Amino acid sequence: MSAVAVEAPARTETGPARTPRRRWTRFILPTYTAAFILYLCFPIFVIILFSFNDTDTGFGTAPRVKTTWIGFTTVWYQRLFDIPDLTTALEHSLLIAVFASLTAAALGALLGLALARYRYRGKGTTNLVIFLAISSPEIVLGASLASFFVTLGIDRGLGTIFVSHVMFSIPFVAVTVRARAANLDRSLEDAAMDLGANPIVTFMKVTLPLIFPGILAGWLLAFALSMDDFVITQFTSGGGSATMFPTWVYGSTKVGIPPHVFVFATLIFVGGVLLAAFLTIASSRRDA
Amino acid sequence: MERHLPPDLHDLTPRGRRAGKVAAPYVLLGPGGLWLFALFIVPMVAMASLSLQQGSSLEGYRLTWHFANYPDVLSSYGTYLIRSLRNGAIVTIVALLLAYPIAYWIAFYGGRFKSVFLFLLLLPFFVSFVIRTVSWSFILQDDGIVLGTLKDLHLVSQDFRVIGTTFAVLAGITYNLIPFTILPLYVSLERIDPGLVEAAKDLYATKFDAFRKVVFPLSLPGVFAAVLLTSIPAIGDYVNAYVLGGPGTAMIGNQINLLFLRYRDYPSSAALAFILMAIMLIGAVIYARVLGTEEITT
Repeated sequence: MSAVAVEAPARTETGPARTPRRRWTRFILPTYTAAFILYLCFPIFVIILFSFNDTDTGFGTAPRVKTTWIGFTTVWYQRLFDIPDLTTALEHSLLIAVFASLTAAALGALLGLALARYRYRGKGTTNLVIFLAISSPEIVLGASLASFFVTLGIDRGLGTIFVSHVMFSIPFVAVTVRARAANLDRSLEDAAMDLGANPIVTFMKVTLPLIFPGILAGWLLAFALSMDDFVITQFTSGGGSATMFPTWVYGSTKVGIPPHVFVFATLIFVGGVLLAAFLTIASSRRDA
Repeated sequence: MERHLPPDLHDLTPRGRRAGKVAAPYVLLGPGGLWLFALFIVPMVAMASLSLQQGSSLEGYRLTWHFANYPDVLSSYGTYLIRSLRNGAIVTIVALLLAYPIAYWIAFYGGRFKSVFLFLLLLPFFVSFVIRTVSWSFILQDDGIVLGTLKDLHLVSQDFRVIGTTFAVLAGITYNLIPFTILPLYVSLERIDPGLVEAAKDLYATKFDAFRKVVFPLSLPGVFAAVLLTSIPAIGDYVNAYVLGGPGTAMIGNQINLLFLRYRDYPSSAALAFILMAIMLIGAVIYARVLGTEEITT
């Protein structure tokens, strides 16, 4: 009885004081989050908008994006491949991203599997190397790779970019696959073995399908990392003919950016978002 | 039945399996491990060797164990190093303050739209890092869409500029790294059982007390990871300083880049890169010892 008597006034005391304050303060965080998302998306919105902006194509000079709105045009989408160097750079980036991510997915998946499933001498070292490779600043990785190629006298180009991209992607794939493989039910593999499957058949028919979502996620991550990478690419490309999309754009910042860059950025953005949406829907369908 | 089997068949299966089990991890590890060894560890050694060499870009460099390279680059480029560390500290603190409320709100009030909000936050990062930075330089030009408008309205003076200032560089780095701040914070906040907050309130904690004594301490692993994931790339960045900065905002990364790729002064560049990595590693280890959790390294 007395406990209730004590509690009751305490509630009425705080009750009216709290409720009105809560009423408007509860809008602060959602408003802030919405505003922040708008701020994050603003540069992308500008890129998409200005990829449709006209420019006065001067005599003989390459077109540059104008900071003022001149008029709506789709001409840059029609003349997308007008700058051969830029097209080549984009082709290089896609080529490297495809092959580097596939190689890294294969090697990283095996590495991740070894880490998740086995105890072996040197496991601690493997984990440490992976941790260091992920957390090293890109500029240090880039400078060390360039030092390596310079020391060996290897000419830097697409080949050196490829091996470097595989290197920085392997740890990310390994970590992704390790997380997936760690949650696997081991008895499924034992069952396959007991039913007479040899280790290779067991791996192909049981282990691989089970960890495949992890490998897929790791491969997509590696593809995105490779496409997006600028720092290591710049250090390992040697400034020769092996220009990549980000290095070409970086090089054009001080002389003026052609609208084609904005068009390519828009197309890559739309493609990436569609792919992500598709994968999300596909995976939620499968789960359901 | 088993007794009638030939004796060698008895231990053949287990021994064969055991040998396979010992070799299997190394077979799996082999290709990826060798790749990392040849292109991560060996290059670090090559950079260490290069940092102790002497010579010139024309005549080539020879290893003379010239340790004086290190004090030399420190005296020449110390200011850039300090500026980078300061920029990294400012960016990390600002990013944490900006990101925490967002991660908190999505984790506790996002409901079934949590993944939608996260997707929206990550949306801009479907555009490449360099292009995002270029877009900001486009937006913030002296006569661009923001400043041009403000100047037309006479809200700022005609010679007001953003591009080329330290503010532009800091804002650019923060913008580019904010997902690395938000995501670890979100992961740690999302794990917290809302029942704990309810329990604190039932025990007459105010909303603020519940946050200060329950939610915030439980989110510290996320804060820890966010600090590392934000500060390391922030300190080493040179793209923002190049695209958005001007004279007087160059960071240590710009110097390493120029020395290596333009002046071909490999020893100085390598020594600077090593100093940068040493500072970060030592900083991260001390930080992990003082504040860290086990989670980050495993």
